[in-house]
Amino acid sequence: MSEYLTVSNISKSFGSFQALKEASFSVNEGELVCILGPSGCGKTTLLRVIAGLEEQSSGEIVQKGVTISNLPPDQRDFGIVFQSYALFPNLTIKKNIIFGLQTRKQSSEIIENRLNELLSLIGLESHKNKYPAQLSGGEQQRVALARALAPSPGLLLLDEPLSALDAKVRQFLRLEIKSLQKKLGVTTIMVTHDQEEALSMADRIILMNKGVIEQIGTPQELYSKPDTSFTADFIGKTNLISAKKVSENKIKMLGQEFDCSEPLMSEEIIVAIRPEDIKISKQESDPNIIQGRVLEIEFLGSYSIGQVEVQHSDQKEILICHLPIDNNEQSSIAKNSQISFSLNPNSLKIVSS
Amino acid sequence: MKKSKDDYLTVFFIGIAATYILVSLALPMYAILSKSIENKDGIFIGLENYKYYFSNPSLFYSIYNSLYVSIITTIISVSLSFMFAFALTRSCMVAKPFFRSIAMIPILLPSLLAGIALIYLFGNQGIFKELLMGRSIYGPIGIIMAEVFYTFPHALLIIITALSIADARLYEAATVLRAGPIKTFFTVTIPSAKYGLMSACFVVFTLVITDFGIPKVVGGQYNVLAIDVYKQVIGQQNFEMGAVVSVVLLIPAMLAFVVDRIVQKKQVSILTARSVVYQPKKNKVLDTIMLAYCTIISLCILTVVGMCLYASLIKFWPYNLTLSLKNYQFDLMDGGGWDSYYNSIKMASYAALFGTIIVFTTAYFVEKARSFKSARTMMHLLSMMPMAIPGMVLGLAYIFFFNNPNNPFNFIYGTMAILVICTITHFYTVSHLTALTALKQIDNEFESVASSLKQPFYKMFFSVTVPISLPAIFEIGIYFFVNAMTTVSAVVFIYGPKTTLASVAVLNMDDAGDIAPAAAMGMMIFFTNAAVRIAYVVFTKNILSRFQNWRFKTA
Repeated sequence: MSEYLTVSNISKSFGSFQALKEASFSVNEGELVCILGPSGCGKTTLLRVIAGLEEQSSGEIVQKGVTISNLPPDQRDFGIVFQSYALFPNLTIKKNIIFGLQTRKQSSEIIENRLNELLSLIGLESHKNKYPAQLSGGEQQRVALARALAPSPGLLLLDEPLSALDAKVRQFLRLEIKSLQKKLGVTTIMVTHDQEEALSMADRIILMNKGVIEQIGTPQELYSKPDTSFTADFIGKTNLISAKKVSENKIKMLGQEFDCSEPLMSEEIIVAIRPEDIKISKQESDPNIIQGRVLEIEFLGSYSIGQVEVQHSDQKEILICHLPIDNNEQSSIAKNSQISFSLNPNSLKIVSS
Repeated sequence: MKKSKDDYLTVFFIGIAATYILVSLALPMYAILSKSIENKDGIFIGLENYKYYFSNPSLFYSIYNSLYVSIITTIISVSLSFMFAFALTRSCMVAKPFFRSIAMIPILLPSLLAGIALIYLFGNQGIFKELLMGRSIYGPIGIIMAEVFYTFPHALLIIITALSIADARLYEAATVLRAGPIKTFFTVTIPSAKYGLMSACFVVFTLVITDFGIPKVVGGQYNVLAIDVYKQVIGQQNFEMGAVVSVVLLIPAMLAFVVDRIVQKKQVSILTARSVVYQPKKNKVLDTIMLAYCTIISLCILTVVGMCLYASLIKFWPYNLTLSLKNYQFDLMDGGGWDSYYNSIKMASYAALFGTIIVFTTAYFVEKARSFKSARTMMHLLSMMPMAIPGMVLGLAYIFFFNNPNNPFNFIYGTMAILVICTITHFYTVSHLTALTALKQIDNEFESVASSLKQPFYKMFFSVTVPISLPAIFEIGIYFFVNAMTTVSAVVFIYGPKTTLASVAVLNMDDAGDIAPAAAMGMMIFFTNAAVRIAYVVFTKNILSRFQNWRFKTA
């Protein structure tokens, strides 16, 4: 895979507020990359800088070997879908889609063919003479996508494309956009604040926090190997526990010593443990056994989430863990019961704060 | 970042718009200010003219008179229009649209027509002369009565807007807390309309203090600032003193404008997305009182207009009451004859056409351009300025600026063009705000989409922005037309022998004692404006709506 877009050290300030700090990453040809982060983290600013709608304070962007960071948007090669879709309300679906195709060079036949191709791609052939207000939110979203794709841009930018839709439509469109993107092979950068959306759609995720890129990686990497406590906390649920290094492969936390398979760099460390990695212990021989009292149980269908209080010396720490549900077993775990569970050395992730 | 073609076009258009405002507003204002500190020979004499002005009691007294009639009119007009607006928005009275239309009539008339009507009603040979119990209509009484008539719809429009953004939840809360209707009125209704009321006060105050037509017709010996400007310039040819009085007149108008802008800024989003729109409930007593009140006010308005119409149609008031069209034979009288009327139509049409194009295009760049933030903010501030400048001051400033033989624009002096430019500039601000409001409702990402699709912004502008904004564009055009037909103050100094105007003809015929023909010409202006308004309503209902299908969910 070849590098299609390279973003180097992009910074952007609005007055005294620094929205982006030295953001660098690259996107491969045909890849779908999600820029993920909480609101106000600078992800939309980054997308707008890539589009040329905002001017960076410093840094460089190279697209297909050409430096584009000093070009105005209309000289860059991209299509964009906004959160609001920005469909032209007084133009029909057809006219919206061909808006970017009508130049003097294109014959009307080529335009007509391209229009039909795009309409069948989004499955809205019968709606071409309707106005945007007459379509549902999901349909409008697909029209916006078709309009952005019409001139066959090399890069597709999606700014929170699904957040204006309700949950059911959103889930359906996630898969649809993903398969459309794979089919067309168009390099895509999508901005979202929804981690589930990013996990399910992205080839790679760029996780941002306070204007800084926290971590870049595949969804699996971000989930299973978080570098920072922010990543561990933002992607999925996690327990963050402060600990001390005891020896090369032993740490002390929750008032107890644990085996740990990760390399230990410093004395004071933070350990991230996923709730599903906290297993009810059945045997004495399990490694890293720990005791606790169940405070709350939240039933979620196929499993429950339990809040377990672990007491050590005079401190209390609350861990969240998955509790299995066994409908046949009468002795399933009850509130206030004491349980013991084991922490697999491989599931203890050391993260930087 | 490199500049795109769009950026160059933006610079070009903002440059043109800035030049326009500079030539039509900033430079003339500079000219009038410098004139006020020169002597007759054009030599700088510092504040000598002002010293003379303030030591001359008869001139100085005009300031008091102006403030007096302006404040009294403001109190009466805002109170009356508040009640009227309350009836329209908070009661279940019948025929609301009808009363609303009647209340808007004064906007379609030149202000001095109200003065003429008062002369027929309460003058020396007036029908209701006895009602004044021996006092003369000529003077503050007449001025205030006519100004109330003239300013009523202006105040009403602002207060209606303020009252219609009521949040029903506040009223429900008041009911639940067992507040009586009077307590609710003072704790909920008044506070939420507070800024609207203040704004209405400033608008009325400015309209009155800068108005010149009404005091000219019914003022008698009662001098106000606007009259002084006219007398100094037209009567005594003392341009320097005219400039001084203009500057004095500018001060209260500017102050009112600045305070109003500050107040307006405070009025942000009283009505949030979560608010529930207030629906008035039936209340027999209240509805009847309101109906009676609106009927009385409407009768007053119709009496004024009806009196003018009647006066214009009879042979010789009050001795020969046979109907005739003799007063409409304008060619037999002073004031420019029917040509004045045709000139007015021409002038109003040009002002509507070019004014709308200039205002809307400029507002588009101010609101939607991607770069040049500071230039755009500057342009917006310049666009707000005309509101603060009285028409007479602007007109006089045009004399000083354009009549200067060294001015390269000198050639437009005495032509139709200067009248059109002056009128557009005089009514620029309200049109600019209307355009901005419409543009702000359009998604800001449209321009981004167009540039991502490599389409020039003007394609977007013509195929999307303009069609979406058509209602606002027509609204601006009509605003220009109606005001160009009725304005006197802005053009009274700069019309030429070939460009006499209908509104000025009303003034001049009245001055020459031809009051009935003056009323007749005033009625012609009213009929024209009313016809344009009605045509617009019919047009929007039948034709415009066909192009607005996209606004509705079903095709």
